[in-house]
Amino acid sequence: MADTTHQAGGQDVQELRYDVENHGFIHEEHHEDHEHHGNFWTNYIFSTDHKVIAKQFLFTAIFWALVGVGMSVIFRLQLGFPDADLSFLKPILGKWVDASGKLDKEFYLALVTMHGTIMVFFVLTAGLSGTFSNYLIPLQIGARDMASGFMNMLSYWLFAIAGVIMFYSLFIETGPASGGWVIYPPLSALPQAMPGSGLGMTLWLTSMAIFIVSTLLGGINYISTVINLRTRGMSFNRLPLTIWAFFITAIIGLLSFPVLFSAALLLIFDRSFGTSFFLSDIYIGGEALPNQGGSAILFQHLFWFLGHPEVYIVLLPALGISSEVIAANSRKPIFGYHAMILSIIGIAVLSFIVWAHHMFVTGMDPFLGTIFMFLTLIIAVPSAVKAFNYITTLWKGNLVFTPAMLFSIGLVSLFIVGGLTGIHLASAAIDIQLHDTYFVVAHFHLVMGSASFFGMLAGIYHWFPKMFGRMMDVKLGYFHFWTTFIGVYAIFFPMHFIGVAGFPRRYYSHTSFEPFGLFTDLNMFISTAAILTFVAQFVFIFNFFYSMFKGRLAPANPWKSNTLEWSTPRFPGHGNWVGAIPQVFRWPYDYSKPGAKDDFIPQHIPYSETPESNLPFEEKLATLEKQQKQEGIKIQKTPKAPTSESSKTDLDEGENV
Amino acid sequence: MNGLLIAAVGVLFLVLMALIYRVFMLVRVAKDVKEPNARDSRVGMSNKVNSILFIVFFFVLFTSIFAYGFSEKVKYILPEASSIHGIEIDFLFWLTTSVVFFVFIVTHILLFFFPYVYRYQEHKRATFIPHNNQLEIAWTIVPAIVLTALVVTGWTVWSDITKPAPEDALAIEVMGKQFNWQVRYGGKDGKIGKSNYMKTDGTNSMGMDFEADEANYDDFMYNELRLPKGRPVLLKIRSRDVLHSVFLPHFRVKMDAVPGMPTQFWFTPTKTAEDVKDELRAKDDPNAEAFEYRLACTEICGGSHFAMAMKVSVLEADEFQKWYDSEEAWASKNVDYLKEQGIKNIPSNLASK
Repeated sequence: MADTTHQAGGQDVQELRYDVENHGFIHEEHHEDHEHHGNFWTNYIFSTDHKVIAKQFLFTAIFWALVGVGMSVIFRLQLGFPDADLSFLKPILGKWVDASGKLDKEFYLALVTMHGTIMVFFVLTAGLSGTFSNYLIPLQIGARDMASGFMNMLSYWLFAIAGVIMFYSLFIETGPASGGWVIYPPLSALPQAMPGSGLGMTLWLTSMAIFIVSTLLGGINYISTVINLRTRGMSFNRLPLTIWAFFITAIIGLLSFPVLFSAALLLIFDRSFGTSFFLSDIYIGGEALPNQGGSAILFQHLFWFLGHPEVYIVLLPALGISSEVIAANSRKPIFGYHAMILSIIGIAVLSFIVWAHHMFVTGMDPFLGTIFMFLTLIIAVPSAVKAFNYITTLWKGNLVFTPAMLFSIGLVSLFIVGGLTGIHLASAAIDIQLHDTYFVVAHFHLVMGSASFFGMLAGIYHWFPKMFGRMMDVKLGYFHFWTTFIGVYAIFFPMHFIGVAGFPRRYYSHTSFEPFGLFTDLNMFISTAAILTFVAQFVFIFNFFYSMFKGRLAPANPWKSNTLEWSTPRFPGHGNWVGAIPQVFRWPYDYSKPGAKDDFIPQHIPYSETPESNLPFEEKLATLEKQQKQEGIKIQKTPKAPTSESSKTDLDEGENV
Repeated sequence: MNGLLIAAVGVLFLVLMALIYRVFMLVRVAKDVKEPNARDSRVGMSNKVNSILFIVFFFVLFTSIFAYGFSEKVKYILPEASSIHGIEIDFLFWLTTSVVFFVFIVTHILLFFFPYVYRYQEHKRATFIPHNNQLEIAWTIVPAIVLTALVVTGWTVWSDITKPAPEDALAIEVMGKQFNWQVRYGGKDGKIGKSNYMKTDGTNSMGMDFEADEANYDDFMYNELRLPKGRPVLLKIRSRDVLHSVFLPHFRVKMDAVPGMPTQFWFTPTKTAEDVKDELRAKDDPNAEAFEYRLACTEICGGSHFAMAMKVSVLEADEFQKWYDSEEAWASKNVDYLKEQGIKNIPSNLASK
């Protein structure tokens, strides 16, 4: 449903008039509330409204998060309580639990693989970017919708199809893909190697190929929207950090996902058409395969060329969200706005040249290892800058602890702790001992998994009032935060100890294995913590759905925040603003400005209205505004001759108002 | 039936919780209606409670980490390495850990105490500090310097470990396959013969190519990885089917086994298992007697990945040599097989067998 009106909203940015009553420049255009027009299908299922699509992503992500985390609980049961009788899981797992109540060891790997795939791609990539980039980009930059609403809809539905295929693969006879989420060949290429490399792997590759198309469609949309559809006055210098983060994330995705696509394509060829891109010198199942000359390491290079940027695709939106949340709830500008932007860009650039630190012990040339070790440690610098900036934003603030704020502070803590162990892993020599052990598991679950998840939860708590017009329950939010925060540390911190001791990842059991058998009690502790933390998430689920229907009605700007989305009606229709899109005059972080009446000044308030708090250079801007105001009235009186066809139609529309 | 009962109780419990929640919520709404001014303040009591909880969390978290870190358990976490380069890696590990732990503590003192110090107060206003260039330059440069120091130290260790193996290193071939390891020694000439995966079959599991390389004839295989104490060992690592990874945790050795691309890792074992046991006994360690070296697989390779292990032992140099010399070559044990295969260059001393 490509309606011309909101598309025109993008094109007519040049065409402005000054509205005397509203004291602001406005886009002269006719806006209708389209909710009245469509039917159920066009409004809620195949909607092109970015807000509806964002919610679709969010609900799908919640479903996948429950599936993905649920899987981890099942394999944690196996790891923490290896002797337990798991027969009670038979109704869910069927034949994967054998007669004696033991989890099938192939299925254990399938669970690990699916947990990784689902959490990384479906929850933290599609769920996080899909929800918040879609929801916030148009609302925060002042646009009626995404650059292409149709492509946006397509993006969601391709994601949904990818999800259906992946979900279907859980129920096939040979089980889903089970070669680890990194699907290294030859294991993933040869059905002889494990049952999961048969149909399960084919479905995995199909699903991921579709998923990548969905991500790219979304990404192109985010990028073009941010570049083209910013409202008047919304220069890149005034973009909220959320938008900066989503924007850079989309660029990283656009540059790296195609490489995974190519790797998947080559793997499909190796699997089905007899090529030898990744296969060589293999004797399996009693026969020597004819494939020669391929390189299994090549796949790893291709995979990690996406795989490492992927870490930042997952993390940067969460950091963007927490920047906004921390600033708004500290009642203080984000510390070092430009440093934050530069560090996002720095991280993005560096993320493309550090991938081989995942491969120090693959037999790669040690000299290459040296190069990647140096490059990897450089990326710690912009990350450190971000962490310090968050802490300094809290410093001398006036902190309001909403659940979103708590999750954001939690995110900073997890980001620091997980990031610091990255320094161990980036050092090639130390990585010899730690590679593929639980130390790595602890590291990336803290810095990428939990931190991003916390960012997502902070985002949900913070923008729930905008999304559904109602407030989530604060007390339940506090309970959710503290149980989750304690839980995450209880689960992942002890894993460092086990990892340093050498406990390898993806082990079905370790009790038979002397050097690793000493940590049974610690594993039991971790598993118990995991189960409790999982259960606590249902408090959130309850809060989410209950508040959606029965929560208290939200005020227009519940967090007294500066960004544009809070200037929309409580239930914004398709097109977001009734009447004109507000113009932006200032950056989004004018919190607690000395002299100001209130402790926040929204972006759409002109400097000329706030003489009491203007800084010297802002006084000049205020003067400029007054001049433009004069000219604006002039323009209104004598409309310029239309220069192009599009502006002509806009003017015509304007006159109809 | 029991399951159903438990489910019913669970559902009832949830309904009860939801009802209680509803009542509390309605009470709150009623209160607001009665005293509309009570909520004028932006925050309630919970703001202070939350800020204090961060401090509580700080102490509980760190106390438990310290408590665990200084407990008996910690000696199992990274026991002294049994190889020369392993000591260097451990030094690097502890150096990095101490730097990291320092940063962890400092940042978390700030992060978890600021919430209390700067919690919302009605009469106060946050200080408007958008940025501070000196501060920002400082915290860009200081981490950069510290990281440079770490990376240079790490680099020296890394290049030391990965430099070419010494001439006198003993070459041992380690081959991974689903789901065990195979080990081959070079025999009298110390050379490991060439292999060709096309020659692999049920008997010749390592695919030794006798016609291409006569060095194969004196090679012998063994069912554990035996290493000489104090002599450099060069592991020549390969895989026959999927990826595997050779991991010797006590020696700080790890290297992937890749089909079609042989890899290697050299190191010098410094302690026999008995030496380690003695050390443990001296500390009255209850686990001393059970100690042994193991070779584990650390790259996912299929269902029995977790069980793909091999016993490793370190022998005193003379003892090792005695054992090495006494082992019979694989070829001489399998002469019939070689004849069956129609191999032409069988040495006369074997052919006559």
